[in-house]
Parts: sequence; structure tokens; C-alpha cells
Amino acid sequence: MPSGLFHENYSNDERIFQTLWVKGWLWVFILFLFFGFPFIVSDLNKILRFNVLHTAILTGIFVIGAHGINILTGYTGQISLGHGAFMAVGAYTSAILMTKAGFPFILSLPCAGLLTAAVGMVFGVPSLRLRGLYLCIATLAAQFIIEFTIRRWTGLTGGTQGMFVPYAAIGGFIFDNDKKFYYLVMVLAIATTAFTKNLFRTKPGRAFIAVRDRYFAAELIGVNLFKYRILSFGISSFLAGIAGALWAHYISLIIYEQFTIHLSIKYLAIVIIGGLGSVLGGIFGSIFYVGLEQLLEVMSKELSASFPLLITYFVSIKEIMFGLIIILFLIFEPDGLAARWRTVKAYWKLWPFSY
Amino acid sequence: MGERFYHTLGWILLASFVGVLAYLCTLNPTKFLELSLYGLVLGSIYALVALGFALIYKSTSILNLAQGEFLMVGAYICLSLILQFQIHFIWAFFITLLFSVFLGLAVERLVLRPLIGEPIISVIMVTIALSSILKGMVIMFWGNDIRPFPKDIPFLAGKPFPVFGVPMAPIYIWSFGLAIFFLLLFAVFFKLSRTGIAMRATASNQQVSQSMGISVKKVFAISWCVAAVVSSVGGIILGYISGVGITLSFFGLKVFPAVILGGLDSILGAIIGGVTIGLLENYSGGYLDHIIPAVKEVFPFVVLVIILFIKPYGLFGKEEIERV
Repeated sequence: MPSGLFHENYSNDERIFQTLWVKGWLWVFILFLFFGFPFIVSDLNKILRFNVLHTAILTGIFVIGAHGINILTGYTGQISLGHGAFMAVGAYTSAILMTKAGFPFILSLPCAGLLTAAVGMVFGVPSLRLRGLYLCIATLAAQFIIEFTIRRWTGLTGGTQGMFVPYAAIGGFIFDNDKKFYYLVMVLAIATTAFTKNLFRTKPGRAFIAVRDRYFAAELIGVNLFKYRILSFGISSFLAGIAGALWAHYISLIIYEQFTIHLSIKYLAIVIIGGLGSVLGGIFGSIFYVGLEQLLEVMSKELSASFPLLITYFVSIKEIMFGLIIILFLIFEPDGLAARWRTVKAYWKLWPFSY
Repeated sequence: MGERFYHTLGWILLASFVGVLAYLCTLNPTKFLELSLYGLVLGSIYALVALGFALIYKSTSILNLAQGEFLMVGAYICLSLILQFQIHFIWAFFITLLFSVFLGLAVERLVLRPLIGEPIISVIMVTIALSSILKGMVIMFWGNDIRPFPKDIPFLAGKPFPVFGVPMAPIYIWSFGLAIFFLLLFAVFFKLSRTGIAMRATASNQQVSQSMGISVKKVFAISWCVAAVVSSVGGIILGYISGVGITLSFFGLKVFPAVILGGLDSILGAIIGGVTIGLLENYSGGYLDHIIPAVKEVFPFVVLVIILFIKPYGLFGKEEIERV
């Protein structure tokens, strides 16, 4: 019997689940997400003193968006400062299609994704002639132009007033409370994760990685740089659009202020904290970030009785913590939580021996 | 589509643009002159901040996304020196510049030096994190609301002064003069001083200049100092004109179009780009505002996208030769 993991052929090596053990645990986890977690939420709320279900939904939405930016930034090597705006495109498209054109949710959600993909691809077109930092600035321009359009096109988007978004509904089933919405988000988050994981076992996925690692060499061996960069922009903003639409239907009132450059930066921070170029990284990053935000909020609430000044300083403390965490991660763990996870796993695999 | 296509397109766009401007000028010369003068003032501030930006990029290849926060911090420091410590404006101004030198040094030493040799995204992200920390500290110390500078500073608060028949408040004339002064100062500094020459050498080739005995670390530190100083000057001027608030930090992002127009790594380009973007912003505000309200906020970014299409490395940027 082999005393470790040995691959005897390529198909073995390319399997997503290397062992039955991993696959089993994943199924246990998914079953827990669907049939365990929602039923212990009320107990968790009491212990942790914050709305756990709300946190889980936000995490799910962020996971979808984080996979999106990870495809572009982590796997294709293209820094994007425009994902907040791409989310806005998705959010507003779905909202406008449902309220003004009478689309059902099941149609408006993919439409939101597709339109965002189209917008993302338009802003990816400069990549025909641009490299590196210059393209990063093109995405920054995208952020500002989209934000401006939403703020000023008052007739369509409500401008500074924002607009109300109806509940998501499939057939006659309306997702009108957190518990129902939780299932919708989880299904989509798991589907997105599976899609992203599989994307990098296909030809375009491998091309993305080649473009990231050595774009010039990739071009020489026949990878069409422009085509794959645009494709990466498209897929990435498609996911951002879906995440944006879900967010809109969850919070039910959207204003352009929710989709500023800060959101774009938040997304970059999430994939850096989680781990660039790793599917697990997007998930870890989202959990860490959303969890941290909730924790800070709870802490400030709990401590405000004894330190009333804390409420006044809450915004600034949040900003400073956000910056510090990113800097500390970049200096001490540049590969993110996903790398830490791998080392921990490797450690336990061999425990108690060091080799 | 080859290079020639973009070249021709660029010239056609430029020619039609100049044509439109000439038409507008004949249509209403006074309005045009007024817009041009205010645009020039705004442009000179852009140029000043863009200079710091291009300098950091040129010598350290870092895209400093915290430039706007440097600007904001400078404005706040100067304002609180005047209001809380009752120091005269001139002294407050110089103390702020001194403070900026230390801010630049601290940032370089504590945050950026540990990251030398890391991938670009880490370095960009670190400047973003830095901007978040600076912003948090400013909110902590000074709160969220916009504060005006006191309006009784003797030589800034005089009567509007006619320039070519257009009355302009003294602050605009001062800010233009100040920006020109600093730009000239740095031009002389780079051309003649030992440190300036060392900085240009480092920018053109780090390894060679290091082997010639130039301390690259020192050059990096000085670059950050200069960037912080010029941003503070810009911040104080802007703060005086429009009030000191968190929104000042956005100016740092609006400098991007200026730097890109000139080419990220060209200091002369940054100055020309800054003035051009300032003018364009004012023209769009003056002539397009009734078609699309507040278009001037976004117009520089539209220009930015067009420039990126036609001249990807800006007007004076170094085209990179790529090898595997």
C-alpha cells in the first residue's frame, strides 16, 4: 500500500479531488452549509452577538466577486481598480430591468452579468496596446467614468437618491427573508467556486496563467494576448456583475456611494489577504474581511459603554485597521491565507515527524 | 492596425481639438480667456503634484496611490498650525513643508523599504493601505467636515486683481506663482545640484549608478521627501481655495490623467500634462456643462482613456523594449 499520494498518470494528477478523503470532507462541508448552518444560526447569534446569517450572506456575495477579481488580477496578472464600478453595473442593470422593463429575476440576473461583462471588455480594450501599470490606470478611469454615469443619469438610476430594488423571485417563490436569500447566495457561490476551479483546467485558463507569468513568451508560443486579456476581463466582470446584482437584491436600496473606489480597493485587499491566484484564497479572504468588519462593529458596540469615545473614532479606527492589516499581510504573508492553509495542512499530514 | 494608424488618428484628433478651441475663442473671447487663466492656475497645481508623482515613479518605479493623502495631510497640518497654534501663515507654511519631509522619510523607511523586490501589486497595495491609514488618522484628529482657511491672511485676502482684463483673486495669482517657483526650483535642483544629478542617474539605471557610488537608498528617500513636499504645497493652495476636507485626497487620483498624458516617467511630461489637463478640465466645465452637468469631474478620465489608446506611453514616456 502506498504511504502517500503518488500520481501514476496525468489524469490522476489533474483531478480536482486528489483523495476520496478531501472529496468526502467537502461534501460534509456543503451539506453543513445547507442543512446544518441555517438551523444553528439563532444559537450562534446569541454566542457571537452579531447577525451571523447576514454575515454569511455578505461573505457569499463577496466570494463570487472575489473569484471574479482573482481571475483577472490573480490569474491573468492584471491589477483592476474598477471592480467596484463593475459591481455597480450589475446591481443597477438587474434593478432597472426588473423595475422598469418588468423582467423576471431569473432573466435579469444573467443579463446583469452579461452587460457587466460587455462593459468590462470595453474597458479591457486598451490592453491591446498597454502593459502593466498603464492598464491599471485604465481600470481606474473605468471606475470614475462608470461612477459618474450612475450619479448623473438620474432618470435611469435615481442618481443621488438611489433606487429601490424588488425582492429576488424565481417562479412564485420570493426570496424575502435572510434565510431564503442565504440558500440562493450559497448555491451561486458554490457554482462560481466550481466554475473558477475548473476554468484553470481548460485551455483559456492555462492561457491566462501563461499571460500572467510571461506574457511576452506566451505571445511567442502562440497565445493571443489580446483575446485572452479581453476574455479575462469579460469573465471577471461577469462575476462582479452577478455579485453586484445579488447585493442589490439583498440590501434592496442601492446608491452610487456603495460602489466607489473604496469597494474596488476592498476587493483587491480581499484577494491579497486570501491569496492571489488561488481559488481558496478568494473564499478565505472574503470570510476574513467580512468577519473582521463584523467583529469591529461588535467590539465598538460592546466597548462603547465603557469607552464612549470609541463610537466617534470608529470610522477612523476601521480605516487604520484596514490599512495596517494589508501592510502586515504584505510584509509577513505575501501569499495570503491560502498559503498559510497549505503549510498547516502539510504540517499535519506528517505530524509528529518533521519530514 | 499598425502604429501609423494611431499616429494619424492622434494628429487628426489634436487638429480637430485645436480647431474647436479656436472656434470657441472667436465666439466669446472674454469667456475663453477667463477659462484659460483659471485653467492655467489649476493646471499649475496639477503639474506640481504630478511632478512628485512622476519623480517617485521614475526613481523607484512605484505607483504612489497615497499622493492625494499626502496633499490632504499637508493641508490639515498647515490649517491647524494656523488655527490652533496661532502661527502666522508664512511660518505655518514652512513648518508644514518640514513636516512633509519627515512624513516622506518615515513612509519610505517604514513601509516601502521592506517591500523592495516584491511584485508590483504588493507595492501598489501598500500605497493604498498607506492612504487608508493616513485618511483614518486625519479623520481621528480633525473629524469629517470641511474647514475653511481663515480669510484674513494679509497678502492673500486682497481685492481681485485684473489680469488681461479678467479679475482674479490674489490666491490664484499666488498659487500660480508658487507652483511656477517650485517647478523652477526643482528644475534647477535636478539640473545642477549633486543630489539632483544622482537622482537622475538612479532613474536612468539603478545598477550602474549604484556601482558608481550613488546611494540608491538615499535617492529613494529623497524622492519620497520631494513628493511629500510638493503635494503639501498643492494641498495648502487647494485647501485655501476650496476648503480643507477629506475630499482633497481625490485630487491625488485626478492627477493620474496628467501624469499619463505626459508619460509616467517623464518630469517635463508631468508638468505639460498637468497644465493641459487643468485647461481641458476648465474648458469642459465652461462649454459642456449645460449639456452634461458637472462633466468636468470626469472629463480628465475620458481624456485619459483616449490618450491610452493613441499614445500608450504618453507624450514623453519611455517606450519599453520587451524581451523574453
